[in-house]
Amino acid sequence: MERRQKSQPPSSANRTPEDALEPGAVLQQRYQILKVRGSGGMAVVYRARDLRFEKVSRICAVKEMTVHAPETRLRDLVVHSFEREANTLASLNHPAIPHIFDYFNESNRVYLVMEFVEGQDLEQLIDDSPAPLDPGRVIDWAIQICDVLGYLHSHEPPFVFRDLKPSNIMINEQGDVRLIDFGIAKVFERGQRGTMIGTAGYPPPEQYRGFPEPRGDLYALGATMHHLLTQRDPRQEPPFSFHEHPIREVNPKVSAALDAVVMKALEYDAAKRFGSAAEMQAALDAVNHLSTSPAPISTIALSPFEAAVTYDGDVTPYWTFACEDEVRSSPTVSDGIVYVGSFDHNLYAVDATEGKFVWKYPTEDVISSSPHVWGDLVLFGSEDHVIYALFKETGGIAWSTPTKDRVRSSPRVSLEHVFVGSDDHHFYCLSARQGRQMWAFETPSFVRSSPAVSPERVYFGASDGCVYALDVQTGRERWRFTTNRTVISTPLLYEGVIYVGSMDWNLYAIDAQARWSLWSYRTQGWVVSNPALSETTGLVYVGSADGNVYAIDRETGRKAWSYETGGPVTSSPAVTNDAVYIGSTDGHLYSLDARQGELRWKFDTGASVVSSPTVWEHAVFVGSRNRNLYALPL
Amino acid sequence: MKILSRLLGRETPPSPAATGNNGDRHGLGIEIGALTVQGVGPDPDEDALMTLQVAISRGEELLPLCMCIVADGMGGHEGGQIASDLAVRLVGEWVLSRIYRPFLGEPDNPAARQPVSEVLTEAIVAANGKVHEACPDGGTTLTCALVLGSNAFLAHVGDSRAYLISRNTIRRITTDHSLVNRLIELGQITAQEALQHPQRNVLYRALGRPGNLEVDTHLQSLPAHSALLLCTDGLWSAVAEDEMLSTISAAPSPQIACNHLVDRAIEHGSDDNVTAVLVQV
Repeated sequence: MERRQKSQPPSSANRTPEDALEPGAVLQQRYQILKVRGSGGMAVVYRARDLRFEKVSRICAVKEMTVHAPETRLRDLVVHSFEREANTLASLNHPAIPHIFDYFNESNRVYLVMEFVEGQDLEQLIDDSPAPLDPGRVIDWAIQICDVLGYLHSHEPPFVFRDLKPSNIMINEQGDVRLIDFGIAKVFERGQRGTMIGTAGYPPPEQYRGFPEPRGDLYALGATMHHLLTQRDPRQEPPFSFHEHPIREVNPKVSAALDAVVMKALEYDAAKRFGSAAEMQAALDAVNHLSTSPAPISTIALSPFEAAVTYDGDVTPYWTFACEDEVRSSPTVSDGIVYVGSFDHNLYAVDATEGKFVWKYPTEDVISSSPHVWGDLVLFGSEDHVIYALFKETGGIAWSTPTKDRVRSSPRVSLEHVFVGSDDHHFYCLSARQGRQMWAFETPSFVRSSPAVSPERVYFGASDGCVYALDVQTGRERWRFTTNRTVISTPLLYEGVIYVGSMDWNLYAIDAQARWSLWSYRTQGWVVSNPALSETTGLVYVGSADGNVYAIDRETGRKAWSYETGGPVTSSPAVTNDAVYIGSTDGHLYSLDARQGELRWKFDTGASVVSSPTVWEHAVFVGSRNRNLYALPL
Repeated sequence: MKILSRLLGRETPPSPAATGNNGDRHGLGIEIGALTVQGVGPDPDEDALMTLQVAISRGEELLPLCMCIVADGMGGHEGGQIASDLAVRLVGEWVLSRIYRPFLGEPDNPAARQPVSEVLTEAIVAANGKVHEACPDGGTTLTCALVLGSNAFLAHVGDSRAYLISRNTIRRITTDHSLVNRLIELGQITAQEALQHPQRNVLYRALGRPGNLEVDTHLQSLPAHSALLLCTDGLWSAVAEDEMLSTISAAPSPQIACNHLVDRAIEHGSDDNVTAVLVQV
């Protein structure tokens, strides 16, 4: 485990120890120290010359173990471990394992003399590289490492390296791999007192349970490859978080097949990893063969490691209902009837199961407001300046109340009162039964946002860039929250927090009481879409004119995922337990996985979808500017 | 009133109702208790805490604004103590200037109103750099809660914790940035095994280290009659959650609850520093 006690600066691994041997010092009258090669933990490695060979300059590595600890027990442990490393190396014979020449004690220090491995270790290589390392080289090294791990694991009982990481892998000029540092000194790191900083880095999770096994070395190899291919140092990341950093997002040069091999090695569950080094080596060989093959490669040939293809299957509507002009209004469903407004001036009632016409009510101008059902009434506004309440059964008029300009805001009813805005700069409270005005609140500009209503307050946005909170009873302003641009988005009120979009590109979370922004998330375009929240996922979904659908964690204000459509997204999301439905001006209705944001399906209407979908029973309903209202399967 | 107007068939202006899922909550009285004690072990006192509460009226409403911070320092040569103490002061000062002052002094200036998440994150990131400069060998955990209206916003690094106590249940809100916590998440060890794990004190994230610091932020709605507990590992590693809950429930005030929580930790043999802050709404 790579960790450091807080009293050690992080760079201690590479500094020259104060009590290191000076160049020129001679050990055992034979090994002349030339310089410090490296240091870490309790060991220092020197480049040294073997004076026994007078005529030639025979270079060797001298590893020195120093124990500063005054405790005899600890000192004994260190010496014992060092002896074990010496014995281990002496018993192994593989081209990737350095030869051992000598082992001795001198001046209370213990020494191991080994073959000097020329070259650079992988940590130096990745640190010096301006970009992630070439996948072809990484595969080549990994194949060689699998070979030596296979050799180690073939011992009885298997020899588990346990500390595979870039700094323990040397690469010589020919590209040959050597494993260095067989010092398995884990014992010294246990049971230290006091909180300290450290990170898992490369070893597998089960190693921290005290169960090192061969598949753990394959995990560490996967971790090493991940580091080389992404330049993300796992010691700087939360432990075991490789799956949160997809390789191909950082380095598109990595093939899906190579990515799959690395991620399989990095499975948390050892049973899901490669069964042996040989198996992993074969998989890497296959990837290598594919990537060097001159023939064009079919994606099918990448199986079984190729990632799954996205699903874009056919979706057939249950039914389509044609209006005489664009449908920008968002449908609402009540008692098996869909209500929707159209630019053909009509409000339509359509049978939800069969798509059959039930009734329509003509207004004097286009309808872009979305209907709201309350009791036996359906309420909506029209560009003819009027707010209408129709009997939902018959389409007969219950009441109508004029305003002084277009009504694009969609009414909401609470406590038997209708709340709605108008382009005449006012926000109205009307009695739901008779449409009589109870109060009106004047803003400096259009009110196209629809309201969110709590038992005490009503919240809405206005074109002056403010979100207003009014007293429901009196219409008196309780507070206003200023954004930098028009607010058309409809606020969502949940657990004392207002979520609302602004044309200043942000989605805001505002404390409904203290009117202070708790967080804001900045997209790259207007947010006129109305946010929707799923209690199941804890995510707030919203569209942006930057073309994306966003899912923002409501607790952290951070993006969980985004999905890019082909055009600005002004439609508002409808959410079920599993899916988010939303339209785009690229002409599609999208169904996205609510947790991951993956495409479930999309349906092409052929014209922009600014209408917001609504879900009822087993169908999702949405209008399109191609004049149709659709019912689609979930 | 809703029922009344239906019964009478009269049109009346809409009135506040007593219930509602999304009802605004106001007039919350906030009470804070806080205690930190030095452990009996060989480590110097490395915990630090801060609380700051104001309430301002807006009409009949009383808007509370309350900040609590706990920190647990680490590192030899008093580095831990310096780190936790400095971090708490720096974060407190930052929040004071960017939230308290605009809240009280410029309530209608939108430019002065930075989102809480940004303020807290920037405060901790700024403190990270300064603590590292002042104390290269030290580091600290830090858990900060800002209670604003009916919501608490938390920012957190390390393994000090925040718990929500509500309706006779206790729930941990923060995630420990510790190796053992990751092992628990991956199903490698149990929470019980973690308490005895040889590497239980190893954190992978803390304030005062070089480089970028990722800060966890968390929005927590505070139901009426709930409480927020912030504590260091001296408390949570010694006192089980159900005992925390029963101790808090039985105490007549947040301060007495904190006193008793710390007593329990010491009774259970905690030789570490113990810090508890309880915000009751």
